Amino acid sequence: MEPTQTHWVEIHPLIVRVTHWVNALAILIMVTSGWRIYNASPLFRFRFPNEITLGGWLAGALQWHFAAMWLLVLNGLVYVTYGIVSGHFRRKLLPLWPRAVLHDVLEAFRGKLVHDDLSRYNAAQRAAYLAIIFCLIVLVFTGLAIWKPVQFQEVAAIMGGYEGARFLHFGAMALMVFIVLVHILMVILVPRSFPTMITGRTRRAS
Amino acid sequence: MKKRSMETSLAAQSPALIRSIERRLFLKRSLSLGALALLSGCELTDDEGVQKMLTGMSRWNDRVQGWIFNPHKLAPEYPESAITKPFPFNAYYSEEEITEVDGKSYRLELSGLIRDKKPWTLPELYALPQTSQITRHICVEGWSAIGKWSGVRFSDFLARIGADTTAKYVGFECADDYSTSIDMATALHPQTLLTFRFADQILPPKYGFPMKLRIPTKLGFKNPKHITAMYVTNEYPGGYWEDQGYNWFSGS
Repeated sequence: MEPTQTHWVEIHPLIVRVTHWVNALAILIMVTSGWRIYNASPLFRFRFPNEITLGGWLAGALQWHFAAMWLLVLNGLVYVTYGIVSGHFRRKLLPLWPRAVLHDVLEAFRGKLVHDDLSRYNAAQRAAYLAIIFCLIVLVFTGLAIWKPVQFQEVAAIMGGYEGARFLHFGAMALMVFIVLVHILMVILVPRSFPTMITGRTRRAS
Repeated sequence: MKKRSMETSLAAQSPALIRSIERRLFLKRSLSLGALALLSGCELTDDEGVQKMLTGMSRWNDRVQGWIFNPHKLAPEYPESAITKPFPFNAYYSEEEITEVDGKSYRLELSGLIRDKKPWTLPELYALPQTSQITRHICVEGWSAIGKWSGVRFSDFLARIGADTTAKYVGFECADDYSTSIDMATALHPQTLLTFRFADQILPPKYGFPMKLRIPTKLGFKNPKHITAMYVTNEYPGGYWEDQGYNWFSGS
């Protein structure tokens, strides 16, 4: 590629890059400490290996979980407010047609899905990113129901009561972790998308 | 702004240089991410600075929970049919090590900011007006169980002994060497009961004979059993689990 034929364009605004990485850190802490908390009283017949959990013991894990929740929620509020007010969500994540999502997911399985233009998300990406936002909202509200089942008992009632909220909290975590793993796999398959999420810029033919 | 314009001019001049800088940046990022992943959760938590930050956040969460706490908000109550059977035993020791308290020689000792510090015998406590509740006990470990407790409304008892209800804390010492403390707002909550009965029977040793403070607005470990002494104070008293890192307020 000749230098004269390309130029740099910013495709990820600074606020999106910062909130993306803060969110990644917050999720890493919340998920690994959450696994340790789960281990204290498992809902299913398995535990997470302690080596991949955070906190050392239940009290430590709870300290991490209830510290990082502020990071997750405050950062999430900045991101969602920006996304709605600036039109970022409307431009980047919408519209979302189920048929297009199905088509793109099938293409991805056949290894044919293209993501040449990093500034535009295909339907599978839009669905994945919206699903992560949705999972995080469910995680926050089920988390509130588990943390404060008396003070926020109206929230807890919507989330299936205290015990129901524990299962929903786990389910939303599992779905989110799955999408994040697919997301990381996709970044490995399209490696140039990684520095772009740091610098915000990509090279484009003039 | 200034930085960006410098970068754009650099980009125009030497894309190869930018490419190499970017590669280096990429490598550095992946290396530090890798280093973070190698640190086990335990080592990270034991780091002094990290521990200080976590303790600070826990103190902040105590304050936030104090603000969230609504003295008029009642914990949901359940029908008899919802009671969990058998109700789980839980303590910092095993079921074989349960403390046996002698009811005949038992005295509840009072100290601190209390006007009438006369110790109470069990018959005296049993003679006070009693009330019942069927509520959900939620353990810090995550599990929950519904049980029925009966006893004296704690706010009535505090009024009877002339406790200074403008003080910050009520602390408890227990026959099983357990201790804990609560905020005054929670102590005065209408559902906070000094209980002597579980499932309509005198509290068996495993559920805390002769008395358990039942607080449906707090996690299980904030509900002391086998209470032998209580005091009212303005100095933070801590507690058995609280001193080891569990959140002090631990409200539900």
